[in-house]
Amino acid sequence: MSMSRREFLEVLAVAAAGGMALDSREALAGNVPKNFYELPKYGNVSFMHFTDCHAQLLPTYFREPSVNIGVGAASGKVPHLVGEHFLKAFGLKPGSIEAHAFTYLDFTAAAKTYGKVGGFAHLATLIKNIRAQRPGALLLDSGDTWQGSGTAYWTNGADMVGAQKMLGVNVMAPHWEFTLGADRVKEIVEKDFKGSIDFVAQNVKTADFGDQVFKPYTMKVMNGIPVAIIGQAFPYTPVANPRHFTPDWTFGIQDDNMQKMVDEARSKGAKVVVVLSHNGMDVDLKMASRVTGVDVIFGGHTHDAVLQAVPVKNPKGTTLVTNAGSNGKYLGIMDLDVRNGKVQGYKYRLLPVFSNLIEPDHAMANYIKKVRAPYESKLNEKLAITEDLLYRRGNFNGTFDQIIVDALMEVKGADLAFSPGFRWGTTLLPGDPITMERLLDQTCITYPATTLNEMSGTQIKDVLEDVCDNLFNPDPYYQQGGDMVRVGGLQYTCSPNQKVNKRISNMTLRGKSIDPNKKYLVAGWASVQENVTGTPVWDVVAEYLRNVKVIKKVKLNTPTLVGVANNQGIGT
Amino acid sequence: MNSKRRSFLKTAGTAGSVAIAAAAGLIKPTEVLAVEWNKNAFAAKGVPDALKAVGAVGAADSKDILIKAPDIAENGAVVPIEVTSKIAGTSAIMLMVEKNASPLTADFNLSNGAEGYVSTRIKMGQTSNVRAVVKAGGKYYTTTKEVKVTIGGCGG
Repeated sequence: MSMSRREFLEVLAVAAAGGMALDSREALAGNVPKNFYELPKYGNVSFMHFTDCHAQLLPTYFREPSVNIGVGAASGKVPHLVGEHFLKAFGLKPGSIEAHAFTYLDFTAAAKTYGKVGGFAHLATLIKNIRAQRPGALLLDSGDTWQGSGTAYWTNGADMVGAQKMLGVNVMAPHWEFTLGADRVKEIVEKDFKGSIDFVAQNVKTADFGDQVFKPYTMKVMNGIPVAIIGQAFPYTPVANPRHFTPDWTFGIQDDNMQKMVDEARSKGAKVVVVLSHNGMDVDLKMASRVTGVDVIFGGHTHDAVLQAVPVKNPKGTTLVTNAGSNGKYLGIMDLDVRNGKVQGYKYRLLPVFSNLIEPDHAMANYIKKVRAPYESKLNEKLAITEDLLYRRGNFNGTFDQIIVDALMEVKGADLAFSPGFRWGTTLLPGDPITMERLLDQTCITYPATTLNEMSGTQIKDVLEDVCDNLFNPDPYYQQGGDMVRVGGLQYTCSPNQKVNKRISNMTLRGKSIDPNKKYLVAGWASVQENVTGTPVWDVVAEYLRNVKVIKKVKLNTPTLVGVANNQGIGT
Repeated sequence: MNSKRRSFLKTAGTAGSVAIAAAAGLIKPTEVLAVEWNKNAFAAKGVPDALKAVGAVGAADSKDILIKAPDIAENGAVVPIEVTSKIAGTSAIMLMVEKNASPLTADFNLSNGAEGYVSTRIKMGQTSNVRAVVKAGGKYYTTTKEVKVTIGGCGG
């Protein structure tokens, strides 16, 4: 008789608490029942879903945020629950493997116990097993797949396109894909994906006539049931990323067109309608309350690992909203019971992908080895050693961001530095070498030029206010889904609950107040303007790391927060 | 199909293509409709003065006017705006960008029972309410929608 999943998790937790070394496959093997990742079959229509893998083909560490503040109606609700608040909301035990999978708590020790997460060879095995149990199950990818690693950058996304096809992705929706440029996106969709992967986006249209650029949705049949999958690209791609990559296309949320597509799919006979979305969870929750006739929204963008689907009521029914984290760390499985032409029930699980618990798929492992081979020596260059935990994710500065802004200030000779609040970037444990590969995880984009500009105190405040409103505007349709811009040198106070232009105060530099009229030298990277030149950010940071050699305890520069003392989006 | 339509528009100088171009917001409405140019209204500073200059002081809020515009503008220099008025007898639709130095941006005159619908591109210097003012049966109605103009970057 095999153990239940819960019993197994308890065994693991007890073993870990007892000091048993669980960081090797051998140690784990004796404790892992063969059916750890087997879920009892339910219903007759199944979807598997991953999102925001950011081109991480191999297992990595990824620390969930300790600060993910929700404002307005989102305060204290999923996905704005971190740490203990998350455990409490979902009834997870502290110290359990799931507590580690979904929170930052005791991260270093737990990561050493449970090992790395994700990896396409491991994901491939898991997907094959689930497909075997659920013939015809569809694999959905919410995008941010072709960006985030050195190899994705050097192969212009080709390594990931090959991996998606091997993995058996059926449908995908886009965001960072567009930073490869419109022509490259069209080339992949029209040639590489032809006959295998549907690239869907109802909200990308030509700027002149408003014609659809991609298929808005695709219809599939599963166990005899017609299913429609509607695509939603990241609505603010040309705002958050350089517009010059897609000059002839326009985006936006486009609820009304979404409703039209839902109605059209239903009129063509779809009994299940799902949205594959890169809106971000807060936008998905709002969209679910406005657009009717959608059974499930499978979401990404905001990298929220949400254990359960959130039911949202709208004028004609209920829509389930999910978000599946990032970096290949999770696989969502949605089983629907469809009878008499409609969804009668569902079961959803967001499975963490623990690499030590899954045998890697040989074909995928060989493929990854092959695509990496020409770049291995470059990727493996050891730039420095870290003695601290390095991560990015969180509303404000992460420790790896601190290294980036420190490097920018030192190498560029700046008074202060800005670094974008991206949510991708892997985690390094104390004692890990900082290789070129790990640095590229944090920096690899197609507009990497570093800049040094003179900005007045007023301009600096305007930038902070603008980005802060993109994060904390109480209406999700006015948010962009990234985190707050990271700052080096500058200290400030932030009041997330205030209105735009009223959130930032007490800006100081080396103990002196910022003068609105004085000019300061500001270093940065990832400008959204066209024709920006400068050394790529990874070269600037690599130079800094080679000189420093050892990163000791990182001194994190984060703002003083006001008015959010009891917010459940802040870890205790 | 798209490319054919594009080349058709480039080469054809027919009245029909001009109408399409106007609907798509490619040319200024004033080039299509030879109406009298209300210079004072377009030069007015601030919404109260602009409303006064077009004679729409005290316009009533109406849920029968729909503004379709992006929540966040992709490019403040060309923000696509569509206004649909369901009010019977709509004879004019005006657009005002409240925080632009001169708010009145467009004044469309509709005649002979034309559908109460206009589509255009407007310029916005900063985050602002966009106000639509509709004239129907000699009365004025209005509604607003906020459009955010941001510096950009840092998403994802």
